[in-house]
Amino acid sequence: MSSPQNFNPKAYWSATLKLLITTLVIWFIVSFGAGILFRDALDSFHIGGYPLGFWFAQQGSIFIFVGLIFWYAKRMDKIDREHDVHED
Amino acid sequence: MDLKTLTYVVVGLSFALYIGIAVMARAGSTKEFYIAGGGVHPIINGMATGADWMSAASFISMAGLIAFLGYGGSVYLMGWTGGYVLLAVLLAPYLRKFGKFTVPEFIGDRYYSQTARIVAVICLIFISFTYVAGQMRGVGIVFSRFLEVDITTGLIIGMGLVFFYAVIGGMKGITYTQVAQYIVLIFAYTIPAVFISLQISGNVFPQLGLGGHMGDMFFLDKLNKTVTDLGFSAYTTGNKTMIDVFCITLALMAGTAGLPHVIVRFFTVPKVHDARLSAGWALIFIAILYTTAPAVGAMARYNLHATVNSAVATGGDVFAPEASLQGEARPDWMKRWEKTGLIRWEDKNGDGRIQYYNEKSKNPEFLAKAEAAGWKGNELGSKGKDGKFEGKVDNDIMVLANPEIAHLPNWVIALIAAGGIAAALSTAAGLLLVISASISHDLLKGVFTKNISEKNELMAGRIAAAVAVAIAGYLGYNPPGFVAQVVAFAFGLACASLFPTIVMGIFSKSMNRGGAIAGMLTGLIFTLTYIVYFKRDVLLSMEKVPDSQWLFGISPEGIGVIGMILNFTVAYIVMKMTAPCPEHIQHLVENIRYPRGAGTAQSH
Repeated sequence: MSSPQNFNPKAYWSATLKLLITTLVIWFIVSFGAGILFRDALDSFHIGGYPLGFWFAQQGSIFIFVGLIFWYAKRMDKIDREHDVHED
Repeated sequence: MDLKTLTYVVVGLSFALYIGIAVMARAGSTKEFYIAGGGVHPIINGMATGADWMSAASFISMAGLIAFLGYGGSVYLMGWTGGYVLLAVLLAPYLRKFGKFTVPEFIGDRYYSQTARIVAVICLIFISFTYVAGQMRGVGIVFSRFLEVDITTGLIIGMGLVFFYAVIGGMKGITYTQVAQYIVLIFAYTIPAVFISLQISGNVFPQLGLGGHMGDMFFLDKLNKTVTDLGFSAYTTGNKTMIDVFCITLALMAGTAGLPHVIVRFFTVPKVHDARLSAGWALIFIAILYTTAPAVGAMARYNLHATVNSAVATGGDVFAPEASLQGEARPDWMKRWEKTGLIRWEDKNGDGRIQYYNEKSKNPEFLAKAEAAGWKGNELGSKGKDGKFEGKVDNDIMVLANPEIAHLPNWVIALIAAGGIAAALSTAAGLLLVISASISHDLLKGVFTKNISEKNELMAGRIAAAVAVAIAGYLGYNPPGFVAQVVAFAFGLACASLFPTIVMGIFSKSMNRGGAIAGMLTGLIFTLTYIVYFKRDVLLSMEKVPDSQWLFGISPEGIGVIGMILNFTVAYIVMKMTAPCPEHIQHLVENIRYPRGAGTAQSH
């Protein structure tokens, strides 16, 4: 398995890491941030019958995780193509 | 048709389906046995991962845990789903590119060390057997209650079935059986939830019903009022400290991403691109159950209180003597479940009525009122290990008895039985397969008898699976603690041992053999020791160590996080002191970082 021609591993890896960090920051904010650390403050707001922090902890974070993975997969595909390392 | 016959029919039909699929999808080669041939579509794989993932604990125990923990139950919801984000971005695509059969194989190759591979096998076996014990206990509970056979018979039937399709079908058989099991379990879970949501707040979606109205107030406000009136802490705030909630959530997330039976599912898809997508599909299928669970938990809790104290529903005085349920008039479901010991009534004040409240409330005003009403302690609980009354209703009853509590039709109850068994069996099969794969592929083929033929390796894999089923059955017969508690240990161990080692193997080119082995062992031993020390009352029947002695106030469920930090730290220090990682391994790490050339998974 040799690497493709004109492939710049450093540039590819730093683009990958940048996306990875963005994804993990969002992951952290919606779960540990909204659901745990700042829950008390958010609970003073409501959506429907849900206190907001409680909603993030029991429902919202999960919905966002799902969207986040598909968004990440799409962005990774784009990075793969730009660096010409995508699969056939 | 009566309930028992109906349950036999529904469960029997589901078994026939699994067996039929297993026969059609039996494995003929090691590649089919270990990774289902490597050509599974990401959506199919997502569904199989969902069933693999959602265990007896998710199905039977989780909503019950949430019901009694309230906000504190969020650790399971966020923890057991957030791990898929970690899997998608940190592990699955890279391990798929690496393209081997097992997790220890990756660790052994990446750290150029048979020792590292063996240590990884030890971690894997610890984690998987701890986890599988919980599944077998779940199978036993479901059989004994719904099919009214004793636990041993239930276990033998369950083991026989798993034996059949895991041993014959291997990963290929398991994958397609799991798809069927996912469909059974998700219907079994959501149908009663929809009915109950309709009853309570008139909303067909439990996810919305939980935040909906009940009469003229929001359901969650009504629930908060109900539980605080009875001396419990408010439902939406819960009773765990912030550091503990934080650590348990993180331990469950990293643990999820480090569980070998989950990781291995991503080896079965054709491409790296599919591994990323498949994590998303898996989470969609999981989220259907996980976003329903908080509604099931909260509504079951409310229904239980409303059953025992009529003032809950009318808004009257909960302390009024006639508000408490008369013992003789207790509903049939309670009498039926008393046989299992999961629920029990003890008339402490001799008034012939059931008082269910928090006798350990820290609110002096509440306690004074309870005393004035002649309450002499909480009277609803379960049968403890010593056969005596334990002042806590068992978590597991909340999902299993939920349809009966809410007066749902018999076919829904039969469906719950089939779903509980599907959840337990699918996870048990996935676990038994990674155990057998690591014994036949990592230990025999990889270390001890390197020139074993493919045919013999396949045979060894099947024998190992058979032995693992027998051990799992024994652990289910003689379980160390209750379902969800046992499962929590597996997460702590995976979080502290395998997860950091795999992540370092991908994201650090310089992490070397010595660092990885030392880190893994430190994480495993520290976490195991801490859990056994603080859970020795459950595990070894010794006197309980008070929770006040917890390190930084972190419970055994969350301690894997400290184990993980120790793993990273020790690995780094040892790496600095030992010979650097060889050049060809650094190239290997470079190579797994981009998708092109993944091809199909390779044997050696």
